[in-house]
Amino acid sequence: MLEVSLYRYNPETDEAPYMQDFSVDTSGRDLMVLDVLELIKADYDGSVTYRRSCREGVCGSDGLNMNGKNGLACVTPLSETVKGEKLVIRPLPGLPVIRDLVVDMSLFYAQYEKVQPYLQNPSPAPAIERLQSPEERAQLDGLYECILCACCSTSCPSFWWNPDRFIGPAGLLQAYRFLADSRDTATEERLGKLDDPFSVFRCHGIQNCVNVCPKGLNPTKAIGHIRTMLLNRAT
Amino acid sequence: MRTISFDGVIVGGGGAGMRAALQLAQSGYKTAVISKVFPTRSHTVSAQGGITCAIASADPEDDWRWHMYDTVKGSDYIGDQDAIEYMCSVGPEAIFELEHMGLPFSRTEEGRIYQRPFGGQSKNFGEGGQAARTCAAADRTGHALLHTLYQNNIKNETVFFNEWFAVDLVKNQDGAVVGVIAICIETGETVYVKSKATVFATGGAGRIYASTTNAHINTGDGMGMALRAGVPAQDMEMWQFHPTGIYGAGTLVTEGCRGEGGYLVNKDGERFMERYAPNAKDLAGRDVVARSMVLEILEGRGCGPNGDHVKLKLDHLGEDVLESRLPGICELSRTFAHVDPVKEPIPVVPTCHYMMGGIPTNVHGQALTVDASGNDTVIPGLYACGEVACVSVHGANRLGGNSLLDLVVFGRASGLFIEKSLRDGIELRDASQTDIDAAGSRLEALNARASGEQVAPLRHELQEIMQNHFGVFRTGEFMREGIAKLDDLRTRVENVALADRSNAFNTSRIECLELQNLFETAEATAIVAEARDESRGAHAREDFTERDDENWLCHSLYQGESKKVSKRSVNFTPQTVETFQPMARSY
Repeated sequence: MLEVSLYRYNPETDEAPYMQDFSVDTSGRDLMVLDVLELIKADYDGSVTYRRSCREGVCGSDGLNMNGKNGLACVTPLSETVKGEKLVIRPLPGLPVIRDLVVDMSLFYAQYEKVQPYLQNPSPAPAIERLQSPEERAQLDGLYECILCACCSTSCPSFWWNPDRFIGPAGLLQAYRFLADSRDTATEERLGKLDDPFSVFRCHGIQNCVNVCPKGLNPTKAIGHIRTMLLNRAT
Repeated sequence: MRTISFDGVIVGGGGAGMRAALQLAQSGYKTAVISKVFPTRSHTVSAQGGITCAIASADPEDDWRWHMYDTVKGSDYIGDQDAIEYMCSVGPEAIFELEHMGLPFSRTEEGRIYQRPFGGQSKNFGEGGQAARTCAAADRTGHALLHTLYQNNIKNETVFFNEWFAVDLVKNQDGAVVGVIAICIETGETVYVKSKATVFATGGAGRIYASTTNAHINTGDGMGMALRAGVPAQDMEMWQFHPTGIYGAGTLVTEGCRGEGGYLVNKDGERFMERYAPNAKDLAGRDVVARSMVLEILEGRGCGPNGDHVKLKLDHLGEDVLESRLPGICELSRTFAHVDPVKEPIPVVPTCHYMMGGIPTNVHGQALTVDASGNDTVIPGLYACGEVACVSVHGANRLGGNSLLDLVVFGRASGLFIEKSLRDGIELRDASQTDIDAAGSRLEALNARASGEQVAPLRHELQEIMQNHFGVFRTGEFMREGIAKLDDLRTRVENVALADRSNAFNTSRIECLELQNLFETAEATAIVAEARDESRGAHAREDFTERDDENWLCHSLYQGESKKVSKRSVNFTPQTVETFQPMARSY
């Protein structure tokens, strides 16, 4: 039996959140944490609430805090996360809880939208694709793969403090994805929008984002590049 | 119940829905997308290998007509040739638009979009050998596509109702579709979303099977809503089983693996596809490869202690190719198969992947039905595109890389057509309160029900029936048993009970509504599969092993209310090329 402690909160019936314990029969299998949640919802308590979709780590729905670490439930095996007795599952930290493991991601998405995450190039497009060398395209590797799961931003103390003013690691990774794209011509405008004490410079290089990213991406490095671009621009 | 009004409402925030939305939003019409998940969580995100299109990058001589030939052949000749012609000829323009929007395609040394070989592809109408026609962003093409479309919808200020669930269609007294009833999942509020044009882009329903590459959310919501509203379903017996789902987990491993040079082996290490498809080998049509794998397993040459899977060998490609061209596959394989493809082969098994059937439409996305004398008629107000639609470009078997092309081309076409129609003026009579109440009755009944069975065991039972009775190989007797089991299950599914009555983010309620949609889709599949007594494309009958062009060179059409199956003609009249005549299909 696997001992699971789940964060529960229903705004209609609970005055405060609480932890609820379940003993789950996993038949000794090394399940993914999402499988455990599915088991609990099917066999123990149908009201347990969480998001899920692809179940293979590409849609970014099921970012959760498992035994203290943010990650995707669908690609986190029990053997990786349960070192002691118990599996403790909480919602991603720092965002308002809607219900149980479901958080309100509006602030997170707002910061993403702030960086104008779309290609900007006013010159008339050619009849075929815009050409880009493999080397230029390689600059986007490690950036475009972000799945917007929010594991990084919600593990970042700077984002906890200033979720409305610090773009956060996920948004900044995408800001740099377009700064780094040889086809994008809005570099100056993009940097101008980021050039304030909060948007970028609240990053203190803590690197929680790097430690938790389920796709192995490195937002801190991208933020470093933006910082350099901003400093070069100032001089 | 509150009413919200739009010029166009798109149900579904995947590739097709967001491409349609983008077109409409750019036109300035008041457009909304209703999506039960945040759009980038839609299943398009899981597409890996690429988007097939004759953009003439890998081969400057490439021709969309060759792509058309392959697609018609792949469909086993029940793909509509006018629709395939439209998709293949308009395709390059649609791909270049995506690139201009910022999609991070992989590149060739010349700076053009990288294209890889995929199954069923040829040059010069099957005469010139294997083509490389699938445009790729590494093995994350769906992710790159979906995020690019979402980003461009942000740019064009499309209105998104994210985490809203469409329950049922609202029809007026004339039978025209005038919007949907939808629930805001976060608050539980139910709203009538009124629209002059309602576009279904709700995706597939792979969750009718126990083993599927599909996301949890692929529950056939559009099919359920359509069938309940009297909209027919076409070619529902045609389900694609992807050759390479990871054994045990069901997660997809792209055909691009074989495109890059990987191949399947049985327990003796034999590259068995050489026996089944001497020319195309591992890059034969997916239906052909899936059947060959099942035969290997049935004849005792499967791998593992139970001999119930085969293996996909990639290690000979070398670490560099695998990490640069197939990085996502390496990751998935390590996570779900505990196998490092750089060193050892991946255990794989044919797994339910794609619904070739769906709501019949024309090339403008207009939903069709047939009148008493068998003529196509447009259903006013309703459109469909992407996997839920059956245009039909895939016929009895879809080629790899054609689903992403289908969804961008026909999402775009739907948007263009609706834009024009709105400009010309769409006049539909308002729904009465009775019409709206009728659309809300299923939800009403679910909310009012005091007792009944729980959703999870019912869903499990449904998936097991479909898996066991309607798999890769089918027989009449066994399918009739399956249909009887479904008959028994129907009332129980209709009477499913809520495990949770709250309003706030009630996923139990959504799962009950989804179960009923799964059921409608499954039943349509079962009944039509039993009726089509021939083997064609993905539909392989052990009791009717031959293709029967005399009786079945046609679409099947299924009506939800009467459960009757009829036939509908396939289009054999493309506008700019000669008809491709049905031939024996070999690879």
